[in-house]
Amino acid sequence: MVPINYYIILSAILFTIGALGVLVRRNALIIFMSVELMLNAANLAMVAFGSAIQSFSGQIFVFFVIAVAAAEVAVGLALIVEIFKSKQSIDVDQMNSLKG
Amino acid sequence: MTLDLILFLILALIAITTALGMLLSRNAIYSALFLVLNFITVAVFYLLLGSPFIAMVQITVYAGAIMVLFLFVIMLLGAESLPRAQILPWQKPLAIALAVVLAVEATVLLLTRGRPAGEIVPPDASVNTVNNLRDLGTALFNQYLVPFEVTSILLLVAMVGVIVLVRKEKRVH
Repeated sequence: MVPINYYIILSAILFTIGALGVLVRRNALIIFMSVELMLNAANLAMVAFGSAIQSFSGQIFVFFVIAVAAAEVAVGLALIVEIFKSKQSIDVDQMNSLKG
Repeated sequence: MTLDLILFLILALIAITTALGMLLSRNAIYSALFLVLNFITVAVFYLLLGSPFIAMVQITVYAGAIMVLFLFVIMLLGAESLPRAQILPWQKPLAIALAVVLAVEATVLLLTRGRPAGEIVPPDASVNTVNNLRDLGTALFNQYLVPFEVTSILLLVAMVGVIVLVRKEKRVH
């Protein structure tokens, strides 16, 4: 018997580590990975809630979130490759102009 | 301490350690590999919560496809680590303070608002068998058919968008 509170606290900790990664790192790829970590923490909370109320809706929502995350990663990585081609760097501090 | 609780605590320790490893590694490849381990740990959590289908999707899509894409791009760009640049001195303490505030807020809000009561019952045999998958599929193709189709269109749009983004532009002079 694991209380649902434990899952919620774990999910909050993982989300915070992801947010911290977005705030402190300068490598665009690692910022992107931190975003994935935050999505994953939210998914964990949703499956835990769905399991606690004995319902499928949590799992189905997580299924859609994973599909959207796959699409997001494809587009985001293509953008990062394009930025690297024009700037020769993926340091987010270098991305300070709108025109490439 | 039941067996479930011990298992949960060990897995939670692994999940938090790998997340911190992802955050603190200098090399982006190490970060990606730590994140793979984190995703697999979360998949085991899904198994503990009685949703084997989501656990398998997590491993194939997240730990498989998405992280392979990440590793591929890291190696393609050859951008494992950035050269040291001057950093803002106040950025890191401020970020850590804000993150602590976020963690406390999120935990307090989630624990006090809209919490379904009680403990999670460990999944028994009826939940953890093929019935779960069949019911999930039935719900997905009846009740949630429209979101499912919208998701397929979204994936198609993402595919077309990526091709347009990385295509070589024809210069007009």
